[in-house]
Amino acid sequence: MRHTTAPPDAPPHLPPDPSPAPPTRGRRLATPAGTAATALVLALLLAGSALLAVGLGTAVVPPAETSRYLWAALTGGTISVDEVTRYQVVWQIRTPRVLLAAVVGAGLGAVGVAVQAMVRNALADPYILGVSSGASVGAVLVGALGGLSLLGIHAVSAGAFAGALAATLLVYVIAHGRAGVTPLRLVLTGVALSFGFQAVMSVIVYLAPSNEATSTVLFWTMGGFGAATWGSLPVVAVTVLVGVVLLRGLARPLDVMALGDETAASLGVDAHRLRRWLFVLTAVMTGAMVAVSGAIGFVGLVVPHIVRILVGADHRRVLTVAPLAGAVLMVWVDLASRTVVAPRELPLGVITALIGVPVFLVLMRRRGYLFGGR
Amino acid sequence: MDLRLDDLSVDLGGRRILRALTLDVPAGQVVGLVGPNGSGKSTALRCVYRALTPATGRVLVGEHDLTAMGLRDAARHVAALTQDSGSDLDFTVAELVALGRAPHLRGNQPLGARERELCRRAMERMEVSHLAERGVLELSGGERQRVLVARALVQEPRVLVLDEPTNHLDVRHQLDLLALLREVGVTVLVVLHDLNLAAAACDVVGVLGEGSLVAAGPPEKVLTEHTLREVFGVEATVVAHPLTGDTQLLYRLPSTKGPR
Repeated sequence: MRHTTAPPDAPPHLPPDPSPAPPTRGRRLATPAGTAATALVLALLLAGSALLAVGLGTAVVPPAETSRYLWAALTGGTISVDEVTRYQVVWQIRTPRVLLAAVVGAGLGAVGVAVQAMVRNALADPYILGVSSGASVGAVLVGALGGLSLLGIHAVSAGAFAGALAATLLVYVIAHGRAGVTPLRLVLTGVALSFGFQAVMSVIVYLAPSNEATSTVLFWTMGGFGAATWGSLPVVAVTVLVGVVLLRGLARPLDVMALGDETAASLGVDAHRLRRWLFVLTAVMTGAMVAVSGAIGFVGLVVPHIVRILVGADHRRVLTVAPLAGAVLMVWVDLASRTVVAPRELPLGVITALIGVPVFLVLMRRRGYLFGGR
Repeated sequence: MDLRLDDLSVDLGGRRILRALTLDVPAGQVVGLVGPNGSGKSTALRCVYRALTPATGRVLVGEHDLTAMGLRDAARHVAALTQDSGSDLDFTVAELVALGRAPHLRGNQPLGARERELCRRAMERMEVSHLAERGVLELSGGERQRVLVARALVQEPRVLVLDEPTNHLDVRHQLDLLALLREVGVTVLVVLHDLNLAAAACDVVGVLGEGSLVAAGPPEKVLTEHTLREVFGVEATVVAHPLTGDTQLLYRLPSTKGPR
């Protein structure tokens, strides 16, 4: 901004900014209409991707047949006898898997946004508060000690969920100081305790008599949708859906909280109370996701940033688009993980990183993305 | 009386930071709070914008006791420019200004036509309309403060409080900002470090020392050589500005090696 010299008694009006064409930042999507369009495109993309992903795999089923099978499954129609195997693969194995990928992708995208706002840190992801390592410890303990047998096949998931919640509760209690929970303390406590949980896990694996514990730990730290069944889907789907709606409802308070706790107070938002509520919400959502799919890295970190680069910082828009973007990304990542080196499966984290890192870096460099001015 | 700090005391970490502060801010006036570091200026202000709950005492806006209200209700009476004037996220200027309506809106309720007009006028008045689509993280210090005042005006407060708003501004923007505060037409309580700015811009100045109000009144009555020595520990000569007649201070460097 250039300053013209004004006589000392001139009114204190600043001259209009004479600098030519302010640096536009390509925020064409950052309008309500642009966001609606983005959301619509992503929703259609999600439907198409899901249909395609259900059809693809070791046995390829064309989209037309996939649709017919899904239609038959939903409406109770009939299919011929020689199609039963393919129908089983599509409906019993792949459909719940693809849906789970979409649900978890959506949840990770939304929780990532909320956690970054909650701890005011661009590097935060849904697992920063020790959820994933806590879940692993819980799952391994259930596996090793054989507790919770009443819950049958869901025992390990229940153990993981309990471990996740216990870990976050521990983080919260330890991070809680006289002045409430400050963002930085929360992050530091979460990171420190994650290391602790990982150590506990290593000890369990080291001392465990069977290989089972090792593979359980591996599953929970790498993440995957291989264990998806129709039975495991409803709880996490409902949790994520309700959670996303609740988070979306907090969009304006989240905007206000990004201005700092003091300013938030002056705008009528109690940042401490909001942070506590966010903590509960994100812990339950992440716990539910980790319990069925393990800790899938990178999505919850990168999707929020990519979405903000595209539609701006406003949480109403970000929390509309991020779940859809996360879902689409996760469906494709899961598809790649089970087809690229079939019949083996690549760990999801490998693919999320291979896709996410370059996309993220390119967008960040091109759009001059800023988070906290850093 | 638009804003009244009534017998306000604050304890932080077992220490009494503010002792029985009583200060009146008449409607439409600009009242400055000055004092050395740690004298409790910001603490007093934080009670007004409700970031802090006082141990005793009340903050009254008109007839309403702010300390007995919810944060949202209080935020409809008082707007603040706090010291953490930054933002984590790169909102556009228009978005940031619109957040001033947050205390008036339920949840994600969108801005109505009147409120959008309010935002437009506030940005026009602060001459930041041309920045509307700019990201707030790339503004200069002077631009940012004007945007924040616009946000505060959109809040439609009776009282505007500002915590050292001239920090990090060059001298021109300091003067512009304070001139602006005299024009916005709301009651203003502002914490300032620069005593000359306070003397020129404020109708009333309150001097805080070690958590207590030492003096309050028009600048020429309050900013005396005696007060400056006792409260701030500085030697200064008080003069009247040759053109405006405002009280101004001429400081002397402390002599470390005897008289120079």
